[in-house]
Amino acid sequence: MIAFWIVGAIVVASAVWTVTARKPVYSVVGLLINFAALAALYLSLSAEFLAVIQIIVYSGAILILFLFVIALLSSGVAPFAQGPNRLPRIVVPAVAIVAVALVGLVAGINGAAILTPSVSPSGSPLGPVGSAGVFGSVADFGKALFTTHLLPFEVTALILMVAVIGVVMLAGDQTPYVGSSKQAARVERQAREAILRGGDR
Amino acid sequence: MNPYGPVALYLCVAFAAALLFSVLPGLVARRKPNPEKAEAYECGVEPTSAVAGRFPVRFYLIAMLFVIFDVEAASFYPWAVQMHALRIYGLLEMIVFIIVLGIGYAYVWKKGGFAWR
Amino acid sequence: MQAALGTLNALPVWLLILIKSAVLLLVVVTSFAYAMLAERKILGWMQLRPGPNRVGPWGLMQPAADAAKLILKEDLTPKTADPLIYKLAPFISLLTAFSVYAVIPWGASPSGTWAIGNVNAGILFLLAITSIGVYGISLGGWASGSKYPLLGSVRSTAQMISYELAMSLSFVGVLILSGTTSLAGIVSAQATWWFFIPQCVGFLVYVVTAVAETNRAPFDLVEAETELVAGFHTEYSGLRFGLFFIAEYVNMLTVSCIATLLFLGGWNAPFGLTMIPGVLWFVAKVGAFMFFYMWLRATLPRLRYDRLMAFGWKVLLPVATLNLIVTAVVVALRG
Repeated sequence: MIAFWIVGAIVVASAVWTVTARKPVYSVVGLLINFAALAALYLSLSAEFLAVIQIIVYSGAILILFLFVIALLSSGVAPFAQGPNRLPRIVVPAVAIVAVALVGLVAGINGAAILTPSVSPSGSPLGPVGSAGVFGSVADFGKALFTTHLLPFEVTALILMVAVIGVVMLAGDQTPYVGSSKQAARVERQAREAILRGGDR
Repeated sequence: MNPYGPVALYLCVAFAAALLFSVLPGLVARRKPNPEKAEAYECGVEPTSAVAGRFPVRFYLIAMLFVIFDVEAASFYPWAVQMHALRIYGLLEMIVFIIVLGIGYAYVWKKGGFAWR
Repeated sequence: MQAALGTLNALPVWLLILIKSAVLLLVVVTSFAYAMLAERKILGWMQLRPGPNRVGPWGLMQPAADAAKLILKEDLTPKTADPLIYKLAPFISLLTAFSVYAVIPWGASPSGTWAIGNVNAGILFLLAITSIGVYGISLGGWASGSKYPLLGSVRSTAQMISYELAMSLSFVGVLILSGTTSLAGIVSAQATWWFFIPQCVGFLVYVVTAVAETNRAPFDLVEAETELVAGFHTEYSGLRFGLFFIAEYVNMLTVSCIATLLFLGGWNAPFGLTMIPGVLWFVAKVGAFMFFYMWLRATLPRLRYDRLMAFGWKVLLPVATLNLIVTAVVVALRG
């Protein structure tokens, strides 16, 4: 329970930092801390597989992409806004209101004892985190994904394929010389002539 | 006992150790500041421009493809663990999945996405 | 001895775990120091020169001398650097390098597994931590505010994520055979056959990707001196450079441990030689893999960057996928 409050505080603090940080790279670092702490929260809810996938996919892949774009584009560029940061004036009251609302909500749910179900959604028994066959473990997730939820899984493949094609569209056709040796020879000849002319400096 | 309890305690110790190593130079190392030392290192030549702001689009391409194929890899683990139970059924499911993604992979290959030159 | 054990058992559990963690970290750092010395000795031996031999007998005190030197050196921060991230990056590298040992088991007795935390998703935990390790390099290169470090870090980040993909696919074959993600479970599944025999293709892919993941020769493009000075850590000096250095060697140790656990039978004894304790077998296998690493460095020239990237995406990725399909077919048909 103490762990929950510590991790929760880290999640909130890093999220606020992500939003208010002046330099985009600081926001990436804030988000990294946020994802890690969120994974710890998932673990405390016995969602073991979700926790590791959260780190592998979000921190390890998506955030790297963010960092690539931000670090490469903003290197040598001055931070966004100069002058005093006005954001906290809006953020702090908003966060306070939401926090109060959430505490009230959680207290209400706790009263209704919904937070302590006796049967897990997948029908597997609840138990200590990560024991084999227990709700949230890798094996349990696999059983659910590849029997009950097979259709969404195969649709995921289609979506990923579309995403791959989208990436190629975004990055442009990278085909070197379109695979034709005649064209390659022409480009090479042009380059040689340019060097001989000496106009390429 | 929750097996992640000891893991969390170990991570705290590792955090403390790494932090100790990080603050040590500030406490122990000698300091003789000099404007020349604070320059960015370019093999003795004075830096003439700021850090370059343009990079080949290929790096972004790789990062984006990595996101997609990482999601693919992530869906292999729960499947692999259940393979002994799913048998032929699981095999067919995954072959469909791999074929669909393989089409995307072949497309990138054809469009030169993996060719660095 | 008996009395000492008695007092240990009387301690509260959390304190016992803290002590265990500190001892384990000490072991890891010491093995780093001597792995580094061993590498210099082995490289020297392979190149017909003595290697470090001045500090202490056979140069055995060399790591201590190196550490003292690094700690006392001036810690420079370039004026173009971002001070916070510049200091944070080596910290992230080291923390992730240390963190994996929370789940790595090194032996087993009838009463249980010898590890800090024997978690069920052990191998996925390892992958997760490794995937965060990239940030040390990419943030370090960006924060230096200098050209070569930025170029080096972008290159090595792209290299590491590409090879991370093939590495995670090479694990899947092992997962299919063992049916568990727990590292202790994978080792006990290898009681009869070590997985490098049925998973020989997976093992090959893993070895290649492991070398690339740790940015070691022949994949050490990060440190291609002729093009990039020293890559992402060009601007770092003193102990902050040392942190990256420690992280690199600890990561080498980690991938050797993973190779041992997943493919080389962990603490299982070969040829029924069970009178030698399992821990020693584990250490011996890790040591053999580390030696292989250093041998590679002494033997192979560096790859060209375009070849490296094309190899990762065009060869390793399809080979690893084929390997897991073949494994799945065999398991599906034979059970």
